[in-house]
Amino acid sequence: METMIKKKIKEVKKGDQSAFEDIVSFYQNKVFHICYRMVGNAYEAEDIAQEAFIRAYTNISSFDERRKFSTWLYRIATNLTIDRIRKKKPDYYLDAEVKGTDGLDMYSQLAVDQALPEEEVESLELQSFIHREILALPPKYRSVIVLRYLDELALQEIAEVLDIPIGTVKTRIHRGREALRKRLRHV
Amino acid sequence: MNCKKEAVELMHKYLDGELQKEEERRLRDHLQACPSCQNHFHELKRSIVLIKDTGAISAPSNFTANVMANLPKEKKRRNFIRKLQRHPILTAAAIFFVLMFSSIFSAWNQDQQVTVSKQENLIIQDNTVIVPEDVTVDGDLVVRNGDLKVEGKIDGDITLINGNFVTDDPQNELNGENYRAYASGEVNEVNQVFEWMWYHTKNFVSDIFSFDSE
Repeated sequence: METMIKKKIKEVKKGDQSAFEDIVSFYQNKVFHICYRMVGNAYEAEDIAQEAFIRAYTNISSFDERRKFSTWLYRIATNLTIDRIRKKKPDYYLDAEVKGTDGLDMYSQLAVDQALPEEEVESLELQSFIHREILALPPKYRSVIVLRYLDELALQEIAEVLDIPIGTVKTRIHRGREALRKRLRHV
Repeated sequence: MNCKKEAVELMHKYLDGELQKEEERRLRDHLQACPSCQNHFHELKRSIVLIKDTGAISAPSNFTANVMANLPKEKKRRNFIRKLQRHPILTAAAIFFVLMFSSIFSAWNQDQQVTVSKQENLIIQDNTVIVPEDVTVDGDLVVRNGDLKVEGKIDGDITLINGNFVTDDPQNELNGENYRAYASGEVNEVNQVFEWMWYHTKNFVSDIFSFDSE
């Protein structure tokens, strides 16, 4: 897979736009997932994920082929989501738990997980509860937790994606885990 | 062992997969002895399981198509350059034509002075070349950027570039055809750039042939 992606990147660099389609379809779920867990709703996540791919395309010449493409791509995506979160009012993610926005939350969930069997509705409720708990984390802990446990990146890779020292990654993961432990202990 | 600090620290190290053998043994020993730490550890592991269990989310079905539709258009210039690289002969031909046409156009535009081929007894007056009545021009006559008025005779071709035939008598307006009466050779009137080009090409070809014959 890696070699296929490398080949496609070379083609895109040469100016072949259609080769980028395979790259998008290969990484779309991962990137969308990161964005979704970070910003919390599917519309915004789609918007940001799309923007991330477009930026990756326009800046493909600056990508160093000796490095991992996914790391580079995730970095663009997380930077975009962090920017987006910063631009919002600081109380936004607390607002997400308010009843008024609840409907939107559920709706966006359903739009993503299409055609869910009915028996899974219960687990969906639990999932959306946990999803909101992740969103309630401060963004700097949220990003490491999402990358570590939802995308299962290695600590070193997280450090590269977020461009922070690995020691900082560890500290943030520890604090993030503690915060989640407190929030989820009664589930 | 200090529960708050050391034990929790070791738990996180364990969760990061960085616990040494010796540390692992110490943590295990401590957990067996300390129910509160056991509970803490259990909660940590459980929250991780819960997070991981939120399930993978896939992007909307038309995501890739949307991205592709929103990509900036392949840069036309780059496209163009790529084509040039692929067809060097075509490129050479294109450059040749560009240079040729530009030189012809600039020659057409710059040459605004009245010039006439070397012949004696011609009168040049207000951009009009007059062949007086009693004069017979010997050889071809070329007038550039000026009108021509012929009263005498021309023993050769007439070429009129960017100018008109004029006459004193408006009733009897003359054109190239009528001038045949005065000229013994061909009459060329060149008023357009394309005609000018054609004229050049013809001259060029005839030059080559005259070289050959010499």
